[in-house]
Amino acid sequence: MSEEIIKAEGLTKVFNSHLVAVDHVNFEIKRGEVYGFLGPNGAGKTTTINMLITILRPTEGKATVLGFDVLKQNNEVRNVIGVVPQEYTADEDLTGLENILLCADMYGIPRKVAKERALDLLKLVELTDFKDKRVQTFSGGMRRRLELACGLINRPKILFLDEPTLGLDVQTRTATWNYIRKLKKEYGMTLFMTTHYLEEADSLCDRVAIIDHGKIVVVGTPEDLKHSLGGDIITISIKEDADVADLIANVDHVKNVKKENGSYRIKAEYGEITAPSIIETLRKKGYAVTKLSLTEPTLNEVYLEYTGKSLRDAEESREAFAAQRMTMRRARQ
Amino acid sequence: MTKENGNSKNKLHGLWALTNRELKKWYKAPVIFILSIIQPIIWMGLLGKAMNISSLFQGSSFTTSLASSDVGTQLTRSLLQYGMPKDNIQGFLGTLPNLFQGLGSSVLTNTFHTTDYFSFMAVGMIAFTALFTTAFSGMSVVWDRRLGFLNKALSTPVSRGVIVFSKVLSATLRSMFQAGIIIVIAIAFGLQFGASFNPLYVLGVFAIMFLICVGLSSMFIAITIRSTRIETPMAVMNLITLPLMFASNAFFPTSIMPPWLQTVAQYNPMTYTTEAVRQLLIYKTTDFGVVATDFAYVGIFAAIVATIGIVLSWRYLSK
Repeated sequence: MSEEIIKAEGLTKVFNSHLVAVDHVNFEIKRGEVYGFLGPNGAGKTTTINMLITILRPTEGKATVLGFDVLKQNNEVRNVIGVVPQEYTADEDLTGLENILLCADMYGIPRKVAKERALDLLKLVELTDFKDKRVQTFSGGMRRRLELACGLINRPKILFLDEPTLGLDVQTRTATWNYIRKLKKEYGMTLFMTTHYLEEADSLCDRVAIIDHGKIVVVGTPEDLKHSLGGDIITISIKEDADVADLIANVDHVKNVKKENGSYRIKAEYGEITAPSIIETLRKKGYAVTKLSLTEPTLNEVYLEYTGKSLRDAEESREAFAAQRMTMRRARQ
Repeated sequence: MTKENGNSKNKLHGLWALTNRELKKWYKAPVIFILSIIQPIIWMGLLGKAMNISSLFQGSSFTTSLASSDVGTQLTRSLLQYGMPKDNIQGFLGTLPNLFQGLGSSVLTNTFHTTDYFSFMAVGMIAFTALFTTAFSGMSVVWDRRLGFLNKALSTPVSRGVIVFSKVLSATLRSMFQAGIIIVIAIAFGLQFGASFNPLYVLGVFAIMFLICVGLSSMFIAITIRSTRIETPMAVMNLITLPLMFASNAFFPTSIMPPWLQTVAQYNPMTYTTEAVRQLLIYKTTDFGVVATDFAYVGIFAAIVATIGIVLSWRYLSK
């Protein structure tokens, strides 16, 4: 099945009539797919999600979720989606179960059905033993799992996850990934997630869109994106103080050579074959290779390739910043 | 859509759940709950019993004043000058405390409609609690926004109006409960009911409390709905609450205020609320004409402000 669950056409959001957060973005998400938005802080990831989940009105363009227009049929959209926000939104003064039931009430789910489902979901996220404990006492990972359970209470067709593992430790992050894989595999759920953790996108997403300055710069499967960089990266240092870049460039399968801090950064296909032939070529000319490393491209390289290395001091609203700080602090509890 | 996965037909779904969420923070937290009961007791003890104006006009206070100043000797001298026999003067002076007390109660009755200032003040306290409890509703909206709960709620099919109205309703229910506590405590402290008091009138008190709280709470939310920082609603609270309190008849009748303040108090819905509660609880005779006007005024205030509050929040919540 390749039915489109989400479709965005020229989706744009301008804040205060001059700050373009999302700039004519087009994309579509297929049924059962895990789709990731990857990008630096302030790239427009959360703004895009917020438009799709109907809490921000697009300035321009159109988006549909399961065929429902996010502007004109927002209530229909709200009924079929589940949202796991970046922040910990569960009420600290209520227990885990009470929080899920509160979510259920916001969807107007009858109490009897809600209770049954809530208990099932608590089991799914392994919080059954803590259902009557107040959220105040929960750790970051537990809170995140509770958010996940809340987002699933209305049996959504599509689940939105905004930075699902922000601030979590490695164990909790891995566990959260497993829940996400389970949702996809067992429930055939479509997932839309944003992240700025590359390994997260790499291990979870079927397709990744890299977004920067409010625009999608590239879309593809993590594999395709890595291949698009043109192969492996070989780094070499030689003993002699000489420029051998041209020499290396003439070796078969070498695509380009850059001299960086006294070593050579070489992009090449079939790295495991090309590397020995580079050594051989250099040795014949009397140069001695002192160091060599071979790396297969990671999403990291892809990411830096498309978004550049400059630091992002994007203007973030005080509100967003405070919320993120609070999320990080709570995650570490 | 199956009914089990969401019932968007009922526009009010989620109202009670969201209201109860706020209320649970209060009644499930024993410390906060007890503090909210102690607070009116302290205020009533401090203001009601410390500013005991009625005791100023008591006979004994007259005797003490007469003895401690030279007014007594001056009085004796002038009475002698006007030819009153010396033997009668002592007797005459003896009747003065009673006369003074009588005059005092008449002054009190004319200004406060009751001889007991404490009763007058205790009623003002009910309005005072309404004001201070509802003032916090603006703050809770800002908190929800900062914690992300507001966005979470906005992504569900719950109506925008319901999100706001649940705040209004929870503040209202809380102040009504506190008003009930205040009445009970005030009775224990010696509140004197008016001669025409009927226990059913207490329902009227709750009705007007409901109206004023809906109005005030909507007002505070409307003012702070856009703010993203917790300092804003706090500043608004400080700016608005005390002037609203003192430019009303809560502690003193408007009749003894300077004309400009009287004009302000005349438009202040707090004045009408306290007036209605006093008419119902402590005045000698309840004037239902006045009570009806008070209800109409507060009711219209509540309806207008609540509408503005909900319309504004609707607009700002769907950015």
